[in-house]
Amino acid sequence: MSDQPSISSAAGAPPIVFDDVSMAFGARRVFDHLSFRVPAGLIAVILGGSGSGKSTALRLIGGLVQPVSGRVLVDGEDVARLGERQLTRVRAKLGMLFQGGALLDAMTVFENVAFPLREHARLSAAEIATRVRESLAAVGLPDAEALLPGQLSGGMVKRAALARAIVMRPTILLCDEPFSGLDPISACRIEALLGGINARFGMTIVVVSHDIASTMRMAARVLILLPDGAVEGAPADLQRSGDARVAGFLQPDVEAALRQEAAAVAAAPVEAAAGPW
Amino acid sequence: MVTAIRALGGATVDAVAELGRFAAFAASLARSIVTPPPRVGRLVDEVFKLGVLSLLIICLCGAAVGAVLGLQGYNTLVRFGAADSLGAVVGLSLIRELAPVLTALLTTGRAGSATTAEIGTMAVTEQLDGLRMMSVDPLHYIVAPKALAMLLVMPLLSALFTVFGIFGGYLVGVRLMGLDPGRYMSSLQDAVDFRDDILGSLLKALVFGLLVGLISTYRGMTTAPTSAGVAAATTSTVVTASVSILLVDYVITALWGV
Repeated sequence: MSDQPSISSAAGAPPIVFDDVSMAFGARRVFDHLSFRVPAGLIAVILGGSGSGKSTALRLIGGLVQPVSGRVLVDGEDVARLGERQLTRVRAKLGMLFQGGALLDAMTVFENVAFPLREHARLSAAEIATRVRESLAAVGLPDAEALLPGQLSGGMVKRAALARAIVMRPTILLCDEPFSGLDPISACRIEALLGGINARFGMTIVVVSHDIASTMRMAARVLILLPDGAVEGAPADLQRSGDARVAGFLQPDVEAALRQEAAAVAAAPVEAAAGPW
Repeated sequence: MVTAIRALGGATVDAVAELGRFAAFAASLARSIVTPPPRVGRLVDEVFKLGVLSLLIICLCGAAVGAVLGLQGYNTLVRFGAADSLGAVVGLSLIRELAPVLTALLTTGRAGSATTAEIGTMAVTEQLDGLRMMSVDPLHYIVAPKALAMLLVMPLLSALFTVFGIFGGYLVGVRLMGLDPGRYMSSLQDAVDFRDDILGSLLKALVFGLLVGLISTYRGMTTAPTSAGVAAATTSTVVTASVSILLVDYVITALWGV
């Protein structure tokens, strides 16, 4: 475990490297001097509080936003310095599961999953249908081909989006809050799916999550984004960590936090009622 | 005083910057329209959504405006003993001015606002980012077909508005007021010049189609990522496009007499 993360890879060059990356949106700082590496073929989870920059880290990997400074390397290429055409080449290695699924709502599930194949793969209609059905079966959604995204439950949307994210056989899968908004059983299914995809296809998976329990079960490496820096390590090491910030994040004292919030609310000045109410 | 001048300066700088962004967007859009592969299927879908689904409202409004013009025109012309010129008055009013302008305003309200809302919602729900991550340019796949469809359908809808307007004027003038149908049609035929009036009218509609297409897609792509942002962008499309149509209409009429 280290304060300046450097996840070492046993299986060659790490496919994702953050090298001294600082990020801000206008005047709002997101994180400063963030460095970490995600080794190939493992599941890495990025944890952190709201607004800590977890989703932004994924968007940096996909080249959807640009860092203020530093390098974001995907398979050795700095995505922040690539043009659109070169980004297309890098994005072919990436699949992304967005928080809300981001399915195209005018298309059926089948058409959504087939979409990247139709755009980029030179396959016949029959081959595309086979690949789509394989992906849908892999995520346990074989009977939803004809449904529109609006007709799906939250868990089904995530699974359909996951099927679309893996249909091109990317080497890296990015998942933004895959468990958010799901009931515990659906969340467990998605967790199992990600583990299965990692095992079956050998994909490197980067998950952004709030869910500490699932993170500790599925992650090989964990990066915690804290207000004053980042901490990285294996789940077991982090759980045994003597770092008060890590312990405070992984085992928060909820009752103390509630007492603190209640005291803050009680201490807040109450304006005199101005109207009839 | 200094504060007021500073605010005025800030607003001017913001407006110029916004115009610059709009021009850059228009240039990117033009480039993506000519970038292969051509999105013919998407274009046909958009022509259907923006054009075919607007037919009813355009035909109804065209007939209603023509009927009102017929009534007002007849009541005025009959005072000067010129009721036989009703066909020319209705036809020229529609062809030169009312059809392209009202079609553009109606299309802005029905299709322009829908275009902004659709693109804005796609931005809010990360569908545009989803396309980018699949190496598909949203400008090429989503925006360009919508803008091009708006450009193509506007002259056609305007022509249809004119036809139904002339028909509405005919119904009032001939069937209601008892004008001779031959005189109505011959005065129309004598007054309307194909190049100056009809081509000019189609040119106006084409320019308005370009304006509505650009403004509605630009507002969609620059929507703030919230539901309130989508609502504000939609309203902004209707207001900006409507005002632009009326201002550009004046400029075209003043410069080229169309």
